[in-house]
Amino acid sequence: MKRRTAIGLGVAAPLLASRRARAACPELRGTGDLVVVVERARGSVLIAETTGRTVLGRVEGLGDLSHGSLVFSRDARFAFVFGRDGGLSKVDLLERRLVGRILQAGNAIGGAISQDGRLVAVANYEPGGVRLFDSATLGPLAEVAAVGSDGKRSKVVGLVDTAEGGFAFTLYDSGEIWLLDPSDLSAPRITRFAGIGSLPYDANVTPDGRFYLAGLFGEDGIVLLDLWHVEAGPRRILDGYGRGEAPLPVYKMPHLEGRGAAGEHLLLPAVGRHEVLVVDKRSWQEVARIPTPGQPVFVVVRPDGREAWVSLAHPHNGKVAILDLERLEPAGTLSPGRAILHLEFTPRGEQVWLSARDDDRVVVLDTRRREVLASLPADKPSGIFSTARAHRIGS
Amino acid sequence: MPERAAAALLFLLLAGIGRPEVERGAGVELAPARKGELVHLLRHDCGSCHGLTMKGGLGPPLLPETLRDKDPEGLVVTVLYGRPGTPMPPWKHELAEAEARFLVELLVEGRVP
Repeated sequence: MKRRTAIGLGVAAPLLASRRARAACPELRGTGDLVVVVERARGSVLIAETTGRTVLGRVEGLGDLSHGSLVFSRDARFAFVFGRDGGLSKVDLLERRLVGRILQAGNAIGGAISQDGRLVAVANYEPGGVRLFDSATLGPLAEVAAVGSDGKRSKVVGLVDTAEGGFAFTLYDSGEIWLLDPSDLSAPRITRFAGIGSLPYDANVTPDGRFYLAGLFGEDGIVLLDLWHVEAGPRRILDGYGRGEAPLPVYKMPHLEGRGAAGEHLLLPAVGRHEVLVVDKRSWQEVARIPTPGQPVFVVVRPDGREAWVSLAHPHNGKVAILDLERLEPAGTLSPGRAILHLEFTPRGEQVWLSARDDDRVVVLDTRRREVLASLPADKPSGIFSTARAHRIGS
Repeated sequence: MPERAAAALLFLLLAGIGRPEVERGAGVELAPARKGELVHLLRHDCGSCHGLTMKGGLGPPLLPETLRDKDPEGLVVTVLYGRPGTPMPPWKHELAEAEARFLVELLVEGRVP
């Protein structure tokens, strides 16, 4: 009895101290269960948590966030938000405030953070190129003008970090892949691969960091660069996957999602077609094509690799297709809201967060039961980014 | 090349070929609710390539200063039939000619709400 009291007292003192500390810093928490939701029209982001599924707060003043995207600092404390207007903003997820913002170009499309977390790279349309910034201060460090083999500046797409400590990106107008080695910031080293194909609209790297893939809009095919063997150069896979049939009008450009990889397979959206292409990652041959009720935009594999959930282009963007990756066939269609622009799984895959732009809501589903767990108000939501991306190559 | 394609389409249009496809709703005053839907489409769906504020993205800017020198009827044809060889899709399955013209007027006059 006495002993228990003594233990109780022993516990009480640290408890009091931590309560005092909490009063001074009321938000003491981790960031591992957070998601950041882009509100594209309002120029803001919502910071939400996936444990109780609540919105913690909103950070405003981030500019034009049409096609807004972001990457996280390696400690997952900060988000670097890339705006269409060339804005680069640094958001503190815990204090939920803007801690830095620069306008670094006239028109930008996205960015990446280096393997060591020191460099933030931004892909620009105007002027076409890549700029590197110090992730601590947002101070400029280097600029690479994307002057293609045609002598003109090209828009840059598909900028990702690589396992080599550098970056890979693609020149949309001139059809080139460039690798950037930033070890000497006064003269970043560039390796160029020209003539990869017509109008590469996006590119990404597999989660293991090995394969960089660029999707072509101007022709049927995907460009593959093995980053372990860059000397071999890029090669074409899925050449002529449209089999000569005219593609449908594309009302929304697909995205190449880094997490389109599942075991030995890689899933890719077919441009202008109602199907997802499945490729074998060893032979790079097509093994299946899975029909979808619209043109795929984001093909996202659930973290356990058993299913992929697919968002669709206008006018079918009220639906989400679910694919069974064991049988390589459709496994259902959901209608979670109007204009589903993006989706993000929680790191272990028990929930999926979907942005329903035209409902002004973020819908959270249980991925096993496919039931709604929460529906949170958001102003024209688009991209949803889990802090788990802080620890992944290419995101 | 895309200009030439658009010009060819314009010629076909003037020649009356393909006319029935775009006649739906032509010359009709659009209902306010429909105008609201069209503005939403312009900002969010056109905006996914041309930018929410029409300052451009993968697609070119659609600001009054970039459109002023262009023939408005040619722009209507571009909206309805797309620009072959570029990602600009034809919107004729979704938009009547009068609706495309309404959007072009908003853009040229810089009146996107």
